[in-house]
Amino acid sequence: MKIVVPVKRVLDYNVKPRVKADGTGVDLANVKMSMNPFDEIAVEEAIRLKEKGAASEIVVVSVGPQKAQETLRTALAMGADRAILVQTDDVVEPLAVAKLLKAIVEAETPGLVLLGKQAIDDDSNQTGQMLAALTGRPQGTFASKVEVDGDFVNVTREVDGGLETVRLALPAIVTTDLRLNEPRYASLPNIMKAKSKKLETKSPADYGVDITPRLTVLKVTEPAQRSAGVKLADVDALVGKLKELGVGA
Amino acid sequence: MSILVWAEHDNAALKDATLGAVTAAGKLGEVHLLVAGSGVDGVAAQAAQVAGVAKVLVADDAAYGAALPENLAPLIVGLMSSYDAFLTPATTTGKNIAPRVAALLDVAQISDILSVEGPKTFTRPIYAGNAIATVESSDAKLVITARGTAFAKAEATGGSAAVEAVATTGDAGLSSFVGAELAKSERPELTSAKVIVSGGRALKDAETFAATILPLADKLGAAVGASRAAVDAGYVPNDYQVGQTGKIVAPEVYVAVGISGAIQHLAGMKDSKTIIAINKDEDAPIFQVADFGLVADLFSAVPELTGKL
Ligand SMILES: Cc1cc2nc3c(=O)[nH]c(=O)nc-3n(C[C@H](O)[C@H](O)[C@H](O)COP(=O)(O)OP(=O)(O)OC[C@H]3O[C@@H](n4cnc5c(N)ncnc54)[C@H](O)[C@@H]3O)c2cc1C
Ligand SMILES: Nc1ncnc2c1ncn2[C@@H]1O[C@H](COP(=O)(O)O)[C@@H](O)[C@H]1O
Repeated sequence: MKIVVPVKRVLDYNVKPRVKADGTGVDLANVKMSMNPFDEIAVEEAIRLKEKGAASEIVVVSVGPQKAQETLRTALAMGADRAILVQTDDVVEPLAVAKLLKAIVEAETPGLVLLGKQAIDDDSNQTGQMLAALTGRPQGTFASKVEVDGDFVNVTREVDGGLETVRLALPAIVTTDLRLNEPRYASLPNIMKAKSKKLETKSPADYGVDITPRLTVLKVTEPAQRSAGVKLADVDALVGKLKELGVGA
Repeated sequence: MSILVWAEHDNAALKDATLGAVTAAGKLGEVHLLVAGSGVDGVAAQAAQVAGVAKVLVADDAAYGAALPENLAPLIVGLMSSYDAFLTPATTTGKNIAPRVAALLDVAQISDILSVEGPKTFTRPIYAGNAIATVESSDAKLVITARGTAFAKAEATGGSAAVEAVATTGDAGLSSFVGAELAKSERPELTSAKVIVSGGRALKDAETFAATILPLADKLGAAVGASRAAVDAGYVPNDYQVGQTGKIVAPEVYVAVGISGAIQHLAGMKDSKTIIAINKDEDAPIFQVADFGLVADLFSAVPELTGKL
């Protein structure tokens, strides 16, 4: 079974995002970019499935600028087998990413597509569900456990009230939550080896997909800022404040 | 404009999240609620009483009992020929269903809206709420999820909507529900609690978390939350997590105990009315958003606080 893992290059999660003064977006010039953390978890899960013998090949895919090659190389260094970059400098919304991934899924016919549940830049939480819809396949979102079982996959999902498990017919689409695994670091020898792994570059037009955005961003602003309040001297002062607030009295 | 709103429920009772979604949809036009589930007459009767709902559509079928999106999407897509917009609360169920519907309608979904600015214009958080985007849709129909903390709850009673059964679409045969482990708690639910006490990594282990945080929460009548670090370390179950990737909360009072205040955590609680932080590090970032801060060792401060309340 082949596994496809879409990985997105995003602002590193340790960097505090700054809104540009002209209100057009978040400043991405000269800031550290990394693989979306949920996608690292997806790559890790694919590697573990391969190590267990449940998968034979891992293909990583990114849609984005040429620099997204670095993200793909990171995935290859972790243990993915080959990479596809759908190169574009344009804004690509989740629906368009899902359409591109659909075309790739049709060409690669994987048994499983593992995506992150959400990209930490747009916070959309859409692409996996959309890909499942477009390919007519079942979806296991927000996964904290993935077990391949013959022609099925059992997915334990993190839901508002706790956990739930669904059984999906393969091929299936799964999106990862934080507790699925802890991604490995790529070792130096593997980083070297990754340089010779195959990385194909394509364009959206190669797949015949129109990526014109449907949403216009009219402006991007900073949220209302909270300011630091007061430091209290001791527990008694805190008890007083809670009473003023009308709680715990 | 007519809007179809996904009613969140557990087949027995309507969930609170539905009420915020009704308010959000009401800003766009006429609201119809879809109650899809298994044996949901009671839920439909409750839904009909929600103020501001013009009609309730009931789709009763065993295939909808576990809210599997593979089975629900065909139903909703069929109904959408008569609606201009589909809206769900931004719960895990809503987030699971809405994008599947959007893709089938060839619509770009607008996730997690904070406000309605015009018939096709909305604000939504990006970058863990560190920026707010105003977006305008050019699609013929809209698919939206609405953030619960951003919209007041519609009144649960006072309405008298007509209830209408709709044709069901059955089981798509792609997925099945195996089981659930749902937390049972006497405490208020995190997303609707007035007071929340959250604990972080500093709480050491499950026993210490329980012994330290729960008595304080009891005194304050509070729900209990946690940072990701506390959840990952197994102090509490995953559904306690507050943050960018956990629950978004905005209680009257949020008490953060032994939590550093990473941006991913702040994303889930910085709209709380009053924030109180207890941390032994006076430079912890949580103090930059706290209205009241206490620099102290939590293992002495929290028991003392609990004792004095
Ligand atoms: C993609 C992604 C998504 C994430 N999503 C979330 C999310 O949704 N929610 C979330 O919370 N995190 C999330 N995180 C994790 C986040 O980045 C932080 O790692 C996490 O919030 C830290 O938890 P903490 O504050 O409990 O732990 P720490 O950062 O370790 O802080 C512990 C604090 O306790 C204090 N302390 C220690 N001992 C004592 C004592 N005796 N008395 C008083 N204070 C003490 C310390 O001074 C410190 O400030 C996410 C991370 C990533 C990468
Ligand atoms: N441009 C992209 N390239 C590759 N994968 C992507 C891209 N955008 C989104 N994805 C995948 O879809 C997941 C969810 O993204 P989103 O729907 O944007 O929150 C991510 O975690 C990735 O796995």
